[in-house]
Amino acid sequence: MTDTAVAPLISARGIGKTFATVDVLRDVDLDLLPGEIHALLGENGAGKSTFAKILAGVHRPTRGSIALNGKPVEVTSPVVAQKLGITLIHQEPISFPDLSVAENLVIGAAEDGWFSRVPWAEMTREANRLMDLLGVRIDVTRPMRGLSIADQQMVEIARALASNSRLIIMDEPTAPLTPREVETLFAIARKLRDEGRTIVFISHRLEEVRALCDRVTIFRDGNKIATDTIGNLSDADIIRLMIGRPVKEYMHKTGATIGEVALEVEGLTLPGVFSDISFSVRKGEIVGLGGLVGAGRTDVAKAIFGVTPAASGTVSINGKRVSITDPSQAIALGLAFVPEDRAVAGIFRTLSVEQNISVAVPKQLAPGGFIRRAVERAMGEDAVRKLSIRLASLRQPIGELSGGNQQKAILARWLLTDPGVLILDEPTRGIDIGVKAEFYSIIGELAAQGRAILLISSELPELLALCDRVLVMSEGRLTADIPRSRATQEAVMRAAVPRRSTTEGAAA
Amino acid sequence: MSTTKTAPAQADSSPVRPRWQTLLIRPETMTFMLLVVGVFGGSVLSPFFLDLSYILRSFTLYSELAIVALVLTMVIIAGEIDLSPAANMALSACIFAWAQASGVPIPLAIVIGLLSGLAMGALNAFLVIGLQLPSIIVTIGTLTLFRGLAQVLAGDKSIRVPEWFIGVDKIMLAGIPLPVVLFIVLAIGLGIVLGGTIFGRNIYQIGTNEVAARHAGIRSARIKSSLFLLVGLVASVAGIMTASRLGSVRYDIAAGGELQMVLMAMLGGTYIFGGRGTILGTFLAAWLLVIVSTGMIVANVLPAVQLVVLGGLLIVAIIATNLIYSRTQR
Ligand SMILES: Nc1ncnc2c1ncn2[C@@H]1O[C@H](COP(=O)(O)OP(=O)(O)OP(=O)(O)O)[C@@H](O)[C@H]1O
Ligand SMILES: [Mg+2]
Repeated sequence: MTDTAVAPLISARGIGKTFATVDVLRDVDLDLLPGEIHALLGENGAGKSTFAKILAGVHRPTRGSIALNGKPVEVTSPVVAQKLGITLIHQEPISFPDLSVAENLVIGAAEDGWFSRVPWAEMTREANRLMDLLGVRIDVTRPMRGLSIADQQMVEIARALASNSRLIIMDEPTAPLTPREVETLFAIARKLRDEGRTIVFISHRLEEVRALCDRVTIFRDGNKIATDTIGNLSDADIIRLMIGRPVKEYMHKTGATIGEVALEVEGLTLPGVFSDISFSVRKGEIVGLGGLVGAGRTDVAKAIFGVTPAASGTVSINGKRVSITDPSQAIALGLAFVPEDRAVAGIFRTLSVEQNISVAVPKQLAPGGFIRRAVERAMGEDAVRKLSIRLASLRQPIGELSGGNQQKAILARWLLTDPGVLILDEPTRGIDIGVKAEFYSIIGELAAQGRAILLISSELPELLALCDRVLVMSEGRLTADIPRSRATQEAVMRAAVPRRSTTEGAAA
Repeated sequence: MSTTKTAPAQADSSPVRPRWQTLLIRPETMTFMLLVVGVFGGSVLSPFFLDLSYILRSFTLYSELAIVALVLTMVIIAGEIDLSPAANMALSACIFAWAQASGVPIPLAIVIGLLSGLAMGALNAFLVIGLQLPSIIVTIGTLTLFRGLAQVLAGDKSIRVPEWFIGVDKIMLAGIPLPVVLFIVLAIGLGIVLGGTIFGRNIYQIGTNEVAARHAGIRSARIKSSLFLLVGLVASVAGIMTASRLGSVRYDIAAGGELQMVLMAMLGGTYIFGGRGTILGTFLAAWLLVIVSTGMIVANVLPAVQLVVLGGLLIVAIIATNLIYSRTQR
């Protein structure tokens, strides 16, 4: 199909992967050319990450072979991959949380003996150079723990850059980034391509794929469906190839009855993080909380839910002042919180899917004190059906599910609690287009049932499509409260971008 | 619970790993097989090993440690460790013996002993959960502290207990010594709690991912504190039982017992990083350890060499469970 004038950098032939007895990839042939940016697209669980991990030596293929520059290679481990010049930026950043950013950046790069002196000054300088290149301001001497996910992701990207790889695979790198960071990342990706390197880019955002990539390969159910130049495919083509059926368009249900105030927050302050946050969410209302990554939205949510309580200010539920210092109290009051950082705050990686789903409803699960397996199984099966979670078995460890399917399981967990107030922090991150539409209608339905919903999202179209009202935060402060009728991309962005001194000058 | 059914509405899902395979790679299975090998190996050394009452009598010597190891298993699954219970046994036994020696009636002395054990557990809980200090360091500290206090209290002498109080291990229930009965009953009880209740499940969840557990509304501080308290209480029960078995109390009873307790948990497949393990595993491992230790005594192995073997066994157990778990974790 393609005019292969250039010899491919990587030729994968007949790649298959079987986990236990489940075929996750079947007979995938793929050529990656030098100097191209190649997108991998597909639904949640289609096998994109698995294919990427095979190239990067994390998994061994069950069948098939890989050739690098025409020579067959065995990528037996990530270290071997690194030696061959292949780097994978994982979907969930996995770094060394207690080492500094600089140390994380140069791990594995030092080739001299075990006992040679660590060149701290040099390391810091090199780390700073890389961060400048990416245009991010991170103190490289800080430990990784405590960085936002976006910053962690940038460090991972910088690490890939530092390694001088010929093939860099980015698995959903943009999900936690701000638009500006995405632009920086794209600029760097293009520069790398122009140097003749190959980039594999995995994303669920079609517009990003269009903006960045030269060719796309579409996976469905572990099969490679098509590879083509991006220009040859329309969005509709891509979605049809990915899903095999048309996607429902989400329609905002107007006129959902909006009732009394369910959640009211007044003067919430946590010094250094956010200050004087006041807003309310009514029953049946979907209130968006927009802003740039790092604006403090997650911290506000965590404060309301009692994970890290605020220093001052009040929270009221259904008109009653409450003091929430622990999530268990929040849950008892009918709050639910789907956290942004799934790997850290959401899943129990090695425990079964059903256990992950049922964890927040102990009373339903064990009415007489003893866990009822049948009840749990029913909860799990129900969730699998309603949210079309793709899995082999409910007793499988949740860590074996694809990223998007893990997210669905976490949402299922909170829906079981039948919450009156639902706080969703980037709920559709890593979710494919088809399911996203389903998610939106679920959120709409939840509101229609009279629940109050606070939706934190960095995706403007999502906020605008779903919300009755959009709040915007910038640098720890609430900067706007925009009703649906006046909510536009520009209005939200204007409030989201930090304005130094100018506002103070104007206000004075 | 029976067979792994596939999820509904999944056209393309195929069955997971067959059940016998998952069973085979469980660490408890390994423990069980070692146990069988141990009994056969022992019977070559001495025909006594095929005599159940001989094994039961040998087990009695380790029953106090084994009882504490059951609770310790839960602490390790919750992602913490407690190295102080052997010293706690000594201190609570000394406090009990000292109290009754200075005229306090025995029942009251027992209560005092148990309360002191509980207080020691509370101290650990306060340091680990209240002050957020790492449990391995905290309990090395309290281990030294408790043992030191026991020595201060009892000196180098042994404190005798009255004649009638001696000999829990001689009381038989259906031919089984009382301490062993207690061990079996506690194992069944804790096994049910750990495997069948929300409390037990929360222990696994905390040990797997404490941040996620908190987000899901699990009160990890409360649960972990109660585990440290429980270890403290059970250790003092074990200490007083030891006093009754030995007939006198010295500051050095159960010396080095923390090694045996941790070894029982590890040999039973409890994961040192938390989140995995079972009471059944520790139950089997306790018997295994008794057989190995008794076997070495029968075979006249020098005490120093016995220690070397136990230490080696601990390391092998940790490596083996790590391997098994990392294989199924990917
Ligand atoms: N270690 C594993 N053991 C068993 N099954 C696995 C394992 N890793 C992945 N799978 C299964 O393989 C399938 C493909 O997963 P993969 O992570 O490649 O999907 P993906 O295309 O990256 O999806 P997403 O967009 O949600 O990230 C999923 O059904 C998943 O459950
Ligand atoms: Mg993926």
